[in-house]
Amino acid sequence: MPVDAAPAIAPAVVAPTAATPAANMARLARGWDSDLAYSFRRSPVAVVSAIVLIICLGAALFAPWVAPHNPFDLATLNLLDALTPPHGLPGAKPEYLLGTDDQGRDVLSAIMFGARVSLLVGLAAVVLAMLLGVSLGLIAGYGGGKIDGFIMRVADVQLSFPAILIALLVDGVARAVLPRDAHGSIAVFVLVLAIGVSNWPQYARTVRGSTMVEKSKEYIQAARVIGIRPLGIMWRHLLPNVLGPVLVLATINIATAILTEATLSFLGVGVPPTEPSLGTLIRIGNDFLFSGEWWITIFPGAALVIMVLAINLLGDWLRDALNPKLR
Amino acid sequence: MPTSAQPLVELENVARYFDVSPPWLNRILERQRRQVLKAVDGVSFSVAKGETLGLVGESGCGKSTVARLIVGLYRPTRGEIRFAGRRIDAAGPDPAVRRAMQMIFQDPYASLNPRWRVADIVAEPIRAHGLARSSRDINARVGSLLEQVGLASADGAKYPHQFSGGQRQRISIARALATQPAFLICDEPTSALDVSVQAQVLNLMRRLQRELGLSYLFISHNLAVVHHVADRVGAMYLGRIVELAPVNVLFTSPQHPYTRMLLAAVPDLTRTGMPRTAVAGEVPNPLDPPKGCAFHPRCPYADERCRREVPRLKHVAGDADVTVACHAVEEGRLAQEAFTAA
Repeated sequence: MPVDAAPAIAPAVVAPTAATPAANMARLARGWDSDLAYSFRRSPVAVVSAIVLIICLGAALFAPWVAPHNPFDLATLNLLDALTPPHGLPGAKPEYLLGTDDQGRDVLSAIMFGARVSLLVGLAAVVLAMLLGVSLGLIAGYGGGKIDGFIMRVADVQLSFPAILIALLVDGVARAVLPRDAHGSIAVFVLVLAIGVSNWPQYARTVRGSTMVEKSKEYIQAARVIGIRPLGIMWRHLLPNVLGPVLVLATINIATAILTEATLSFLGVGVPPTEPSLGTLIRIGNDFLFSGEWWITIFPGAALVIMVLAINLLGDWLRDALNPKLR
Repeated sequence: MPTSAQPLVELENVARYFDVSPPWLNRILERQRRQVLKAVDGVSFSVAKGETLGLVGESGCGKSTVARLIVGLYRPTRGEIRFAGRRIDAAGPDPAVRRAMQMIFQDPYASLNPRWRVADIVAEPIRAHGLARSSRDINARVGSLLEQVGLASADGAKYPHQFSGGQRQRISIARALATQPAFLICDEPTSALDVSVQAQVLNLMRRLQRELGLSYLFISHNLAVVHHVADRVGAMYLGRIVELAPVNVLFTSPQHPYTRMLLAAVPDLTRTGMPRTAVAGEVPNPLDPPKGCAFHPRCPYADERCRREVPRLKHVAGDADVTVACHAVEEGRLAQEAFTAA
């Protein structure tokens, strides 16, 4: 189990040895982590999800070393192996565990390489959307008045367009601005920017709503009476109390971001075809579904479902674990 | 009663209006007018060092707004607030004033950040004002504060939800005391608590006042509680103080018809048999307060002058400590015996 051996219950009061605030903060952080670790070990669902996710992440991260083949090295492809069914079916070959596609590429290896792109784009886009949305939502909710009106009207306008359209717009602008040959190498960044920018209003709305509820509570007034500055109140008081719904939203959004990325790739504005993502694999396999070669689309799909499910279950556990009332 | 030359806190003709107009579009389309809520409208009083001033009144009379004006959560629309002779209403948050003045809130379930440990909550003012640098000093200070309010220093490792309402209010008090303030504003600190716990918290507050020489502004709608803790009491009605008197005077011979009505409404064993005037009428809409004396629609003694002219807070003949804002009292129209003779 990938859990550090921190004590299950944090020491009652931090030991009075360290003198610097930094050391003190580190100690506090460790205590907080150990509480989390304790709650993690007591939740079998979280442990299983984490193991599954770590396997997925590991397979994706170390694909060049772990994968049995390199599906994108044209020299190793053999067209005679095209459309080989997976293990257990008549005609299966031992070196292709999950079969091959129409060009003789190993499906398992393609999944590993595809998950790399999908996870990278999904995670980075969600992080970008969260950074944008949470900070704008906090400012809108805490500031109120004209700032709130302005930020939320911008969010409303953006929400009235489909996210795909925004992403297409960002991508189009990037293509127009950047030189033609530069686009291929930074396609992933453009994709992250496009999906991230198109998703921030959801976070801003969620955070603004919770912020306005929390803002009226007396502990915020108490902090103001003590003399804490607005940024300190937002960062240290409001943020931990509004982050719960955001985490759940973020996990769901990773799946949405991966799908958006697949859609964009399908439309030809995503990652270049030489570097397909999971979504691209599903789309390619879709063409063979009715001619009997179901494994080309089902296995990448299953990989996507397992990955998203593991992330969602972990997000659920995290939400409960971060809520001190449920501890 | 402690009296000193210079009052610790002074309010002079302080007012706070809130703009509660409907949104601009509604005003244009539905021809609605701007609306201003006069939550506090010309309040003056002072609190001496070591004194407890009680502030009573019905819900919505502006008691809590007064508290928030003094601690600086709101800026006054007009008037002056002075702390130890210095004006604090115009200037921005002055750390020295913030330190000297702390507040205890009504709801012990909402006034502590649920995600912070108690030790961090109590340490926040210490860290914010840099009162102790090393974590050893901060921990020692937090521990002694928790013990001072009757909790154990080991309780600092717990979260607020692990405590009862009374204990949480003690944590609030510990946090308020962390900056070693001279003045505490208590906004209904016991109204969310059980009666037995109320007494414990009130006695704690009185003990701390004795030990630390604190001054309190004690806001409550519970007259029994105010009677127990206050040295002087101000009665508020619709944003104004209608009567300000030493606690014994106010509770035995109230002058203003509103104060009389409030006191008469309190069930009290010792005053059994006293003729009780029923509380008549409702608090008027504060958006559209009555002209003249705001109390006149509910007042049995109201006459033409009361409907026209706003009464000023004036000293009552014969007692320099008592001030009342009532035309009837001033003109001697009110029979003094009506209340006290019973």
